Amino acid sequence: MASDYTDVLQKLCHHLKQFTGPDVEITPDTDLINQLAIDSVKLLNLIMEIEDEFDISVPINALADVQTVHELATLIHQIRTAK
Amino acid sequence: MSLLDKLDAVAAARKALLPEDVEVFGTPIDAVYSSTEAKIGERRILFLGTNNYLGLTFAPECLQAAHAAIDSEGTGTTGSRMANGSYSGHRALEQEFADFYQCHSCIVFTTGYQANLATISGLAGAGDVVLIDGDSHASIYDGCRLSGAEIIRFRHNDMVDLEKRLRRLGDRSRSTLIIVEGIYSMLGDRAPLADVVKLKDTYGSTLLLDEAHSLGVLGKTGQGLVEETGLVGEVDFITGTFSKSLGGIGGYCVSKHPQLDQLRYVSRPYIFTASPTPATIASTRAALRLLRGGTGLRRQLWQNVHKLYSRLDKLGYRLGPEPSPVIATILDTPQQALALWRGLLEHGIYVNLVVPPAAPEGNSLVRCSVSAAHSSEQMDYVGNAFSELRKTIFQ
Ligand SMILES: Cc1ncc(COP(=O)(O)O)c(C=O)c1O
Repeated sequence: MASDYTDVLQKLCHHLKQFTGPDVEITPDTDLINQLAIDSVKLLNLIMEIEDEFDISVPINALADVQTVHELATLIHQIRTAK
Repeated sequence: MSLLDKLDAVAAARKALLPEDVEVFGTPIDAVYSSTEAKIGERRILFLGTNNYLGLTFAPECLQAAHAAIDSEGTGTTGSRMANGSYSGHRALEQEFADFYQCHSCIVFTTGYQANLATISGLAGAGDVVLIDGDSHASIYDGCRLSGAEIIRFRHNDMVDLEKRLRRLGDRSRSTLIIVEGIYSMLGDRAPLADVVKLKDTYGSTLLLDEAHSLGVLGKTGQGLVEETGLVGEVDFITGTFSKSLGGIGGYCVSKHPQLDQLRYVSRPYIFTASPTPATIASTRAALRLLRGGTGLRRQLWQNVHKLYSRLDKLGYRLGPEPSPVIATILDTPQQALALWRGLLEHGIYVNLVVPPAAPEGNSLVRCSVSAAHSSEQMDYVGNAFSELRKTIFQ
């Protein structure tokens, strides 16, 4: 289970690289909006990419509680395990 | 950050982007001369951003009907139909819309925005899914939020993407409302309706189509994309607005399902707001008659569309993917879009400026809306202005 979370986190960080320069470090605590400057529209598009990567449905309502990389990874992980 | 600080931040962001000498959003209109001309400051301008597709805002039949309704029924209904009753005009308009679409029932709402809020939140609820096109109008997003259903987006007009998302839902696709638009308000392209219908049948979902920009514009009698594609019987719910081709304000939902009527008892945006004024209803009824018989208006509208779209295309502007009464020029930066918008205003042409995050994919748009009431000469004049401005915008 833990390794599954790690796998999610790794893939997510890979996706998030498109929003940063190559030398910016993304950690679980990185704030998506304030540090990566992912605005609401970009976040919605990122969610579609994540849905396709993990073959899951991520309702955008769930994003209200998501601020950091860790929170997004947890959400994805939860949806995957509930499947 | 305090509540007021947040608004100050909004003001600062706007100030950084926009000039101070003209009001780009909510530009003051100082006089209105006709369905296509008005005055801004001291300048006579051509309306090229309003959604007056059939040019009916000054149609004598509509003016007369509105005047008569004010005289006979007063200026307002002063309340919701559920509490204060349904005037005969409101009921007649619902019947006329149901007849127009050969549908079982119709509900009239106070705006098109509320038609979407009311229909979506009345149909879907907690535990259900709404599957919406990524480029959906704000009223669709807000209706979905109000519903409490899970909101999933598919890539704009991408049927492979829609199917993928339906498949992922498994059995839940049967309690899913798919929502698309007849003509998309930003780029003017149409939903691939036949393919959407096939998918909704395959997966047992329900389909809502918003014909806001296609009513009066597409189809022999102006029903919209459903008529253009011969699919009126296949779509579960159709919403639309009176504020564009009908030149008034208000909205509707029609359906072949008799259950539509139950929305009157469960849908908050229907129950907890006043019904449209008698004048609005009367002018809309007159406009609907003109729209249904408006073959000549549609011919004129599409002539104007093709003329302007092909001119701008030849000039090398990047445009929405297909000709439509919404003709969007896509610019690389908000600054370029603003420069084009300003340049057009200096030529006496008033259009819409759309900057992120309102436009899809972070684009900036200068959006024109063509009307049947525009003359061929006016389209030439607009084309010449775009031609002249091209040199300065892209230098
Ligand atoms: C696609 C779409 N739906 C609904 C609406 C809302 O219509 P109304 O102006 O009647 O509130 C609009 C208007 O901008 C629209 O573009």
